[in-house]
Amino acid sequence: MKGHLLSTEDLSRDDALVVLDTAERMARVAEASVRKLPTLRGRTVVNLFFEDSTRTRTSFEVAAKRLSADVINFSARGSSVSKGESLKDTAQTLEAMGADAVVCRHPASGAPHRLATWVRGSVVNAGDGTHEHPTQALLDAFTMRRRLGRVDGLAVTIVGDVLHSRVARSNVWLLTTLGASVTVVAPPTLLPLGVSSWPVEVSYDLDAVLPKSDVVMMLRVQRERMSAAFFPTEREYSRRYGLDVDRAATLPEHALVMHPGPMVRGMEIASAVADSARSTVVEQVANGVSVRMAVLYLLLGGSGEVS
Amino acid sequence: MTANGSQQSWVLRQVRPLGGDAVDVLLADGVVAAWRPPGSTSPDSEGLPPGTTILDAAGLIMLPGLVDLHTHLREPGREDAETVESGTRAAALGGYTTVFAMANTNPVADTAGVVEQVWRLGLDAGHCDVRPVGAVTVGLAGERLAELGAMATSAAEVRVFSDDGHCVSDALLMRRALEYVKAFGGVIAQHAEEPRLTAGAQMNEGVMAARLGLPGWPAVAEEAIIARDALLAGHVGSRLHVCHVSTAGSVELIRWAKAKGWQVTAEVTPHHLLLTDDLISSFDPVYKVNPPLRTAADVAALRAGLADGTIDCVATDHAPHALEDKETEWAAARPGMLGLQTALSVVMETMVIPGHLDWAGVADRMALAPARIGGLPRPAAEGWSSIAVGAPATVTLLDPSPWRVVEADTLASRSRNTPYAGRSLPGAIRATFLRGRPTVLDGKVV
Amino acid sequence: MASAAASDPASRRPGIARTVLSADDITRIVSRMAHQILEKTSGGASVVLLGVPTRGVPLAHRLAQRVHAVEGVDLPVGSLDPTMYRDDLRLRGVRPLEVTEIPDGGVDGRVVILVDDVLYSGRTVRAALDALAAYGRPRTVQLAVLVDRGHRELPIRADYVGKNMPTSRRESVAVRLREIDGADGVLIVSPEAGLTGAAADPGELP
Repeated sequence: MKGHLLSTEDLSRDDALVVLDTAERMARVAEASVRKLPTLRGRTVVNLFFEDSTRTRTSFEVAAKRLSADVINFSARGSSVSKGESLKDTAQTLEAMGADAVVCRHPASGAPHRLATWVRGSVVNAGDGTHEHPTQALLDAFTMRRRLGRVDGLAVTIVGDVLHSRVARSNVWLLTTLGASVTVVAPPTLLPLGVSSWPVEVSYDLDAVLPKSDVVMMLRVQRERMSAAFFPTEREYSRRYGLDVDRAATLPEHALVMHPGPMVRGMEIASAVADSARSTVVEQVANGVSVRMAVLYLLLGGSGEVS
Repeated sequence: MTANGSQQSWVLRQVRPLGGDAVDVLLADGVVAAWRPPGSTSPDSEGLPPGTTILDAAGLIMLPGLVDLHTHLREPGREDAETVESGTRAAALGGYTTVFAMANTNPVADTAGVVEQVWRLGLDAGHCDVRPVGAVTVGLAGERLAELGAMATSAAEVRVFSDDGHCVSDALLMRRALEYVKAFGGVIAQHAEEPRLTAGAQMNEGVMAARLGLPGWPAVAEEAIIARDALLAGHVGSRLHVCHVSTAGSVELIRWAKAKGWQVTAEVTPHHLLLTDDLISSFDPVYKVNPPLRTAADVAALRAGLADGTIDCVATDHAPHALEDKETEWAAARPGMLGLQTALSVVMETMVIPGHLDWAGVADRMALAPARIGGLPRPAAEGWSSIAVGAPATVTLLDPSPWRVVEADTLASRSRNTPYAGRSLPGAIRATFLRGRPTVLDGKVV
Repeated sequence: MASAAASDPASRRPGIARTVLSADDITRIVSRMAHQILEKTSGGASVVLLGVPTRGVPLAHRLAQRVHAVEGVDLPVGSLDPTMYRDDLRLRGVRPLEVTEIPDGGVDGRVVILVDDVLYSGRTVRAALDALAAYGRPRTVQLAVLVDRGHRELPIRADYVGKNMPTSRRESVAVRLREIDGADGVLIVSPEAGLTGAAADPGELP
């Protein structure tokens, strides 16, 4: 059977390290004068996006094209595909096109898992509902390793809407698998009830955690959460859980500030912090291409048999 | 009552009533006509009506025909998913002789016209008795009471009223419904789900939901309604039936309500007795159901509650869905599972084999108690308790020995959404009789 | 997900191994190849040594050391991983990627000598030539191999050959270097009697 990348929860430490090491090699390719590799010539990668996400889709597209794969962008957003039935129809269409890999972004948790049972090619989860976003976590880990030299032993603090965050879930599993100790910080309403079973520390007090953090990862907080009574006002959220300049100053000197984007400046993160030297927001984008090249290579670069 | 004008007689040779000692049982004129010494009956035995067929029933367990308080037959409206004919065929093959057909059809069974239509379709199909359930509120909208009295006095003689699929969440409306149906011995079967607590919910709230990133359906949303409704039922002195109890906390609340002496009854589905929410890690919507699959601790509490009678009966919540409503991503899939053809096997695996219930207990939880709760006309309900001579010949014969792998394609339902596909379950229904007439023989519909 | 793991086909295959080059042999051969390089490149002028991973890399370093010892010049040494340019990727599981390290000064206008341990089908060298092109345009590209075992499938030949070693396709050649394997030596592994055919490996050693 073909391999898939559906979640980081089922990714072993060895497999995660292979992805990161391979991404490191891919990053070196960017230094060559010709940045295109013939590796996946003749292979077809379909970007199947049921949700708008220009940055993630573009990142996968650049990654696939650098490896010479043919890329088909299949945007299902806004078409008649608002009901779920047609996910299977779409899968059958992709089969007919001979997709070797399907990169799937979907608003429903688990949609890529379903897709993987209907197509022969490899499925890469590019974000499913509030479940996982594995390549984002891999690029976050990759960014930490490049900046701080390691992931093992780092104290990583994830702040914000953990309940609805696929980035948080993927990072919790991946970073703890790689030996980091993770603390999640959020108002209790934005933590899942089952968080006690996660391998993380839970805190409601950002100020207490920041001085002990090597990395602080700020999650986007959507304003519509307010209307569902997850927190009273934007201002109160920002005061208690936003990373402003004063709070950022309490971080250790080497600490990184990360954000998966898109940022809500002034809400969860102040502009001055987002643009500071400790912010990795821009290099996360470049690292995203390297990590996604690595994932595509590892899934499609061989005969398909797991060696 | 005579079926099709000609009434054949049957001898069930060496059958074991309620799993007890073997005996030869004569079914004639629609009733259990005689018990004879085991193995003593042959075609030329004396005292047999002419043309009596002798059935070798050695090793088979005779149970009263099963009664399902909670079946979705989907007709009218979704005949692509199930019809009265196909659903009752599945019921007969599962050992059922009566099913209560839920009201959430299209149009909704909220008028005498619709319930009579369903009732007639059941008569025409002839596989088992169909007792329509009437909607509590018009269009299941939870705003105005439907004409409950008109449905009660219709040919369908509706006694069970339910908005199943929706909760009668308005406390005042629920109180009025409970009171109103007292006039004709009715019962309100509540789908206990506080809607504000389950907005967007996809699975049991807990460890698995946190992992899978699926919005949680908290146990408290069920328990809060059960507590409220039990208090209401106690207050107005009415009968309340709680549909598909799924949590340990619900079992506790029902135990408390019964201890108060209130007229509260409850059902549990086979799937809540067997399956847990960790199956959802595959994201296969065949496991999507409402109320959702819960944890192993809930399963244990439900089994204990069914064993000690806190939960009165097993009801299938048989909920067929067309392929396109299940072969999809989790959130888009409809909740519900097939149940009629696997219910007795699941109860055998979860209750009988572990020793929580004997076969008499199974007869009570799957036939007698639901008949009582559903207000089935006497004397039918009475005689069943012993399957004694004179009782209606409405029975089913179970072979307890085989373990069979469930294959979705071989089920009688028009739909395929069984959560047990590929799973091995014990027991097989060999024959079912409805008032002396076989509906199933040799494991096949007659 | 498929995981890539490095493995040495010679060590996991059942068979009979015989040593064909000793540690001393290898030292002498490397020394001779260093002399040939100096001779053929007019004292190593504008030469860049690029080892093909895995074992081509330490060989390249050894050649550079010998050149330094003889002539006192320091040749830039790097590595060039041809994996992503191979034409046979689909024939087996995913191969792990190795390091590509182009020395400062690049390869434009230089005499690049590719260094590998075994020359067999020639497909690795072809891939390496493609990989090299991504980094610039050398004036000349030459090839140095420790062992040439024949059976070429492409029109490729080596400029510097440590040892010509006729082999059967059924056999495999295992080069051991102390930097990687703890000791030097070259072995030929023949399939065991009764296992012939099953052990045949159409590919090259990585």
